Amino acid sequence: MPTIRFTDNIQRHVGCPPLAVSGSSVREALAAYFATYPRAYGYVLDEQGRLREHMAIFVNGGQLRDRVGLTDVVEEDGVIDVIQALSGGEQ
Amino acid sequence: MSRASTCHVATKKGLFTVTRGASGWVVSRAAFLGDNCTLTMHDPRSGDLIAALYHGHFGAKLHRSRDEGVTWQEIGTPAYPPMPEGYAPKMTHNGKPIDWALKLVWALTPGGTHERGTVWCGTMPGGLFKSEDGGDSWTLDRRLWDDPQREMWMGGGADYPGIHSICVDPRDAKHIVIGISCGGAWVTRDGGATWSVGGKGMRAEYMPPDLQFDPNVQDPHLVVQCPSHPDTLWAQHHNGIFRSTDRAGSWSEITNVTPSAFGFAVAVHPRDAETAWFVPAVKDEKRYPSDGRVVVNRTRDGGKTFETLTAGLPQQHAYDLVYRHALDIDESGEVLAFGSTTGSLWVTENGGDSWQTVSSHLPPIHSVRFAGQ
Repeated sequence: MPTIRFTDNIQRHVGCPPLAVSGSSVREALAAYFATYPRAYGYVLDEQGRLREHMAIFVNGGQLRDRVGLTDVVEEDGVIDVIQALSGGEQ
Repeated sequence: MSRASTCHVATKKGLFTVTRGASGWVVSRAAFLGDNCTLTMHDPRSGDLIAALYHGHFGAKLHRSRDEGVTWQEIGTPAYPPMPEGYAPKMTHNGKPIDWALKLVWALTPGGTHERGTVWCGTMPGGLFKSEDGGDSWTLDRRLWDDPQREMWMGGGADYPGIHSICVDPRDAKHIVIGISCGGAWVTRDGGATWSVGGKGMRAEYMPPDLQFDPNVQDPHLVVQCPSHPDTLWAQHHNGIFRSTDRAGSWSEITNVTPSAFGFAVAVHPRDAETAWFVPAVKDEKRYPSDGRVVVNRTRDGGKTFETLTAGLPQQHAYDLVYRHALDIDESGEVLAFGSTTGSLWVTENGGDSWQTVSSHLPPIHSVRFAGQ
């Protein structure tokens, strides 16, 4: 099962521990994760299910290609990292 | 009417509670330190305090306190519905589609006195949301959102249009006026079931000549309503100051205002519709106090004349800009507070005749709101 890991920076807003989830695409894996941790959804995706503008996802170290459909394939032993993009902090 | 003794100051680096003690106004509490707090709303019906946060990466969120800001809990976030199949949103003037996704919470207003739990929320990119459970859940007003004229709204100083003002008529909570940058002033008489454009008379000098009086392109920076004379509303508009005496149906421009008719904030006296306060700035792409002097303009005769109030305010090399939600007035009409992009906060207890500096070292201030309002 692929593993999803989240940036430490999100943890102070909403708990997002690493978790092995089922799914063969990023969308499926995230859906499985959010079924367990529903509050995390809105911190990562927008209402239309797209990756937030200033978030980034890496799959086995490679940048996500499909930010809208999240159709990137994830291998059975894959690792999905959800992090903040360096853009968009506005802080 | 009692005087306010608590004020919530939303800043780019947190939410600060300012209270009136024996020796004056002091910052008494900080919350969300380091986070961008863009707006607060105190609900006089329940005592709830709602804070809007904007996390650059994680989006806009709402939190609620039921103990006057001591502890907080995240509540529901207004969410736009899925776009219809095959629907292509209209492009903004800068080529970006008007996204069906929350960009910013830009207005929070309690519903009517007897509508306990009802809260209205204005947002970028132009959706109006309603909660009937104190903010736990939100529903988009589809009649407004689906109005073809809504798609004509433009961003004003931002990429997307937004609703920044929500005026619920104290006599009839179903009569609501909203202010949009840029979409003018819209009115519903039935709690959001039907809407009409109500900004007749507003003038947009920045538009081509034939469109300057189009009510749907206007950029009111803020619209406020006199609680005791709700037929009267004031607007600090991008183009100047406007006033309506017919519940936002038509507007008259107030001219010959010095040092400037440009600004963002406006406050109206709770019992005297003729008295209003403004914080002028050099128009419109420059946006700093004229001559580096922070002043407040007050009219007591419906805009015929203005007094420029300066006592206690910096009059040399001060470049404080005051955003639209960063001026507030209490129920007594005597206590006002305003905060600036430079992190200065001033309070008056005599209607603006003299001001005291609460702090000059806060983070940039988005919003100033008295508790109980």
